[in-house]
Amino acid sequence: MNAPVPTSRPAADHDGLPQRDNENCGPHAVLRDRGQREVFCGLTGIVWLHRKIQDAFFLVIGSRTCAHLLQSAAGVMIFAEPRFATAVIDERDLAGLADVHDELDRVVGRLLERRPDIRMLFLVGSCPSEVIKLDLSRAAARLSGLHAPDVRILAYSGSGIETTFTQGEDACLAALVPGLPAAEAAPAPHSLMVVGALADVVEDQMRRMLVAFGIPNVQFLPPRRSRDLPSVGPGTLYLLAQPFLTDTARALEERGAQRIAAPFPLGVEGTTLWLNAAAEAFGVSPERFREVTMPGRNRATQALERYRTELAGKRISFFPDSQLEVPLARFLAREVGMVPVEIGSPYLHRQHLKEELELLPTGPLLSEGADVDRQLDRCREDRPDIVVCGLGLANPLESEGMTTKWSIELLFTPIQGYEQAADLAELFARPLIRRTKLVA
Amino acid sequence: MQLTVWTYEGPPHVGAMRVATGMRGLHYVLHAPQGDTYADLLFTMIERRTERPPVTYTTFQARDLGSDTAELFKSACAGAYERFKPQALLVGASCTAELIQDDPGGLAHALGLPIPVVPVELPSYQKKENWGASETFYQLVRNLAGPHALPPGAERIPRADGVRPRCNLLGPTALGFRHRDDIREITGLLGQMGIDVHVVAPMGATPEDLARLGEADFNVVLYPETALQAAQWLQRSYRQPFTRVVPIGVGATRDFIREVAGLAGVDATALLEASISRMPWYARSVDSNYLTGKRVFVFGDATHVIAAARIARDELGFTVVGLGTYAREFAREVREAAKEHGVEALISDDYLDIEARIIELQPELVLGTQMERHVAKRLGIACAVISSPIHVQDFPARYAPQMGFEGANVIFDTWVHPLMMGLEEHLLTMFREDFEFNDSAGRSHLGRHLDVVPDAAPLPMADVAEPVAAEPAQSASTDAIPAKLVWARDAEAELNKIPFFVRGKARRNTERFATDKGVNPITVETLYDAKAHFGR
Ligand code: SF4
Ligand code: SF4
Repeated sequence: MNAPVPTSRPAADHDGLPQRDNENCGPHAVLRDRGQREVFCGLTGIVWLHRKIQDAFFLVIGSRTCAHLLQSAAGVMIFAEPRFATAVIDERDLAGLADVHDELDRVVGRLLERRPDIRMLFLVGSCPSEVIKLDLSRAAARLSGLHAPDVRILAYSGSGIETTFTQGEDACLAALVPGLPAAEAAPAPHSLMVVGALADVVEDQMRRMLVAFGIPNVQFLPPRRSRDLPSVGPGTLYLLAQPFLTDTARALEERGAQRIAAPFPLGVEGTTLWLNAAAEAFGVSPERFREVTMPGRNRATQALERYRTELAGKRISFFPDSQLEVPLARFLAREVGMVPVEIGSPYLHRQHLKEELELLPTGPLLSEGADVDRQLDRCREDRPDIVVCGLGLANPLESEGMTTKWSIELLFTPIQGYEQAADLAELFARPLIRRTKLVA
Repeated sequence: MQLTVWTYEGPPHVGAMRVATGMRGLHYVLHAPQGDTYADLLFTMIERRTERPPVTYTTFQARDLGSDTAELFKSACAGAYERFKPQALLVGASCTAELIQDDPGGLAHALGLPIPVVPVELPSYQKKENWGASETFYQLVRNLAGPHALPPGAERIPRADGVRPRCNLLGPTALGFRHRDDIREITGLLGQMGIDVHVVAPMGATPEDLARLGEADFNVVLYPETALQAAQWLQRSYRQPFTRVVPIGVGATRDFIREVAGLAGVDATALLEASISRMPWYARSVDSNYLTGKRVFVFGDATHVIAAARIARDELGFTVVGLGTYAREFAREVREAAKEHGVEALISDDYLDIEARIIELQPELVLGTQMERHVAKRLGIACAVISSPIHVQDFPARYAPQMGFEGANVIFDTWVHPLMMGLEEHLLTMFREDFEFNDSAGRSHLGRHLDVVPDAAPLPMADVAEPVAAEPAQSASTDAIPAKLVWARDAEAELNKIPFFVRGKARRNTERFATDKGVNPITVETLYDAKAHFGR
């Protein structure tokens, strides 16, 4: 991977930027454990991606299990016709009675006929399709030939043997990168790409600020419509909005783009450092930066105040889920005074999390890809005030007297940026407040 | 390859999980990738279970393939035994592990654990959830009760005089529709008949309890979907007879009492004479007149559909206009029931087919699953849930059985509640242009949140339907109604004065009438001609 663009962020307070308290932060020891992983597979990303890219359809080539997972993760079955479906592999396909590629052509043909509004189709691989070595990239190329130029057909894998939860989004975005239009040659840096699905409202806020800085050509990946794919090339700087985009980052760098290293835009501090990294890379003046960001920073700082009272000193543990755990713990520790006890994450990307880990106070146990039973043992011993975990664990832990926060909500709720900083804190305060209200 | 968006049933290992999670002292080691752990949330969230399902997933990854997935399975079994100390271990594979062919049964046996190990092979690419539950329960019963089976040709030792008869209740599982409350209701009913419940299984039973199943005099099969196969095996191996009647509805409950009395050799005359349910009287009270001939569509698993159709017709005076099931295993039984109601059974697990049939039939009440609830809601048709698949609201805090006499009371309330009350219906018809008291204001007793979608109703017409969902709907309905049929503006306005809960029917009847008579466009005259032709 190319070296990230050096951003000269001094340790001392620079035009009102939050100060880093280096004494109590990083490096951290990491516990690595193997055993049962209680996490979703990458298919789950479809639940938000299909809403984000409005003319894309996600066709999983998988089993009844995959279809059932999507249905269950979509929770309250949103009965609006969703832009995803599963082509369920059956016995005939496995026994070779039907040619799988012919079957796929038939299913895709029927689907596109029914959905003429679809402009981009993702063939999404699953465990079964990987194990039987179904080559979906080849299938996508062949089908593109049939359906171009109306529909662009791409493939990626969301299988549970290769991807964990949010890595499905990574695989999807990485699949988009080779097809991004080439940026015109121009003196670098000529454009900024914000990478990672954000709620539309957050995206709009970020765009307004980045444009107000005077940054030329601010683009987002994924786009809301497939025709609005951002362009990329040497001179494109990209800024990760999500911490789980390993493969996407690699693919962008292969196209010549360079990463702006930054923490993630959670909380006032995270958002400020994130925006500032972009501002510095484009030579935005400190005055301009202050002018654009100050109203949001002040509002958010003030809004966070009341949650500080609720949350300060409360101990928190995370079960591995979305890879957002480290940035969340950093935010909760530094901005509302919570005390992280264990921070479990399915995967710790040392480079993308470098800035986060430097900010994170020392003390909590960092664990990577834990064994769920052993982590439950630790959790019962630690008795944190609140546990962030998946839906399979939440009620059982509540019934043991622990307070929990469902982690999946953090993916389905706008949490990034200034205007959402207090909302993010509220997500953790609510279960705690609720517990004190219930007396019966 | 079948294109699927929403499914009625999960994969067969989810059926195995329903059995294992219902039981106590059993642990299931499932060879599966990490994503399959999603199934835990069905139990902890939908059913609000306070414990994690007793399932260990091996969560093998791509890098384990071809090297040590078998080793991983063995260590998961050993670890699960160490940690959970179950009385028995259930082992199996999910769809992905089935493809890598590691032989969970053989691997687990090789460990030499000091407890019974029961392997279940669930072909994921052919079978589904209910089949998986049935097969799992059957394998558990066969493996655990098998060692005590009667030798071939031997007869049961008859029950000694003065000993109360005993039976097992078979079929209830975790995540079952009202299973929790049905057990209590039926146990109470049997108690009134002087019959004791020996073991309830799978729900609440331990592996040791399963080994004792043969001690009971007979079996009560509450849910044939899960328990029929096991009951048949128990009959062969222990000469235990089992019940065929499922006690849902007043009539079926009485039939059930008679059947059980026969099997147990007790006299149930007094119980049959006491009228315990309020449903028969409520259905006869004048207030219920308006229920007469309400057109209902019934869909779900076989047991609940067959029972619901009988109640609808015989106990509430509705007309069953269509029925069907997603459970192909029980297609024959459902077809027979359909014939009795003079309709054709719809056997399909493609929710688009069911939606198309509902649009085509324009029922006034849909009795279905979670899926039909959504369809009905969108179409503005009243609906009640009678069968799995279900959602969190179908696990009510209160006692709400479907079976027995109390079950009949619950059914009366839940089916009648979504329908318009009699007087209110008349008032709406008489004062249909009252600006407050009209159908789009919603039914007062249902609260404002209810999605009353007056004009979403009905729509056999192509242009109104949603782009995808409607495709089969169009083909289904265009057979009957030519798409070029048009409504004159004033006729359309007149139609809109008809309350929404009958508007769909009126539109459909009028269009059929117009097609038959070759009338086009439809005028106000056509509308009233059709009304006169069809009657209410
Ligand atoms: S883990 Fe694999 S088999 Fe299971 S739902 Fe995910 S992709 Fe499908
Ligand atoms: S609540 Fe509504 S439906 Fe019920 S009786 Fe009163 S007016 Fe009629």
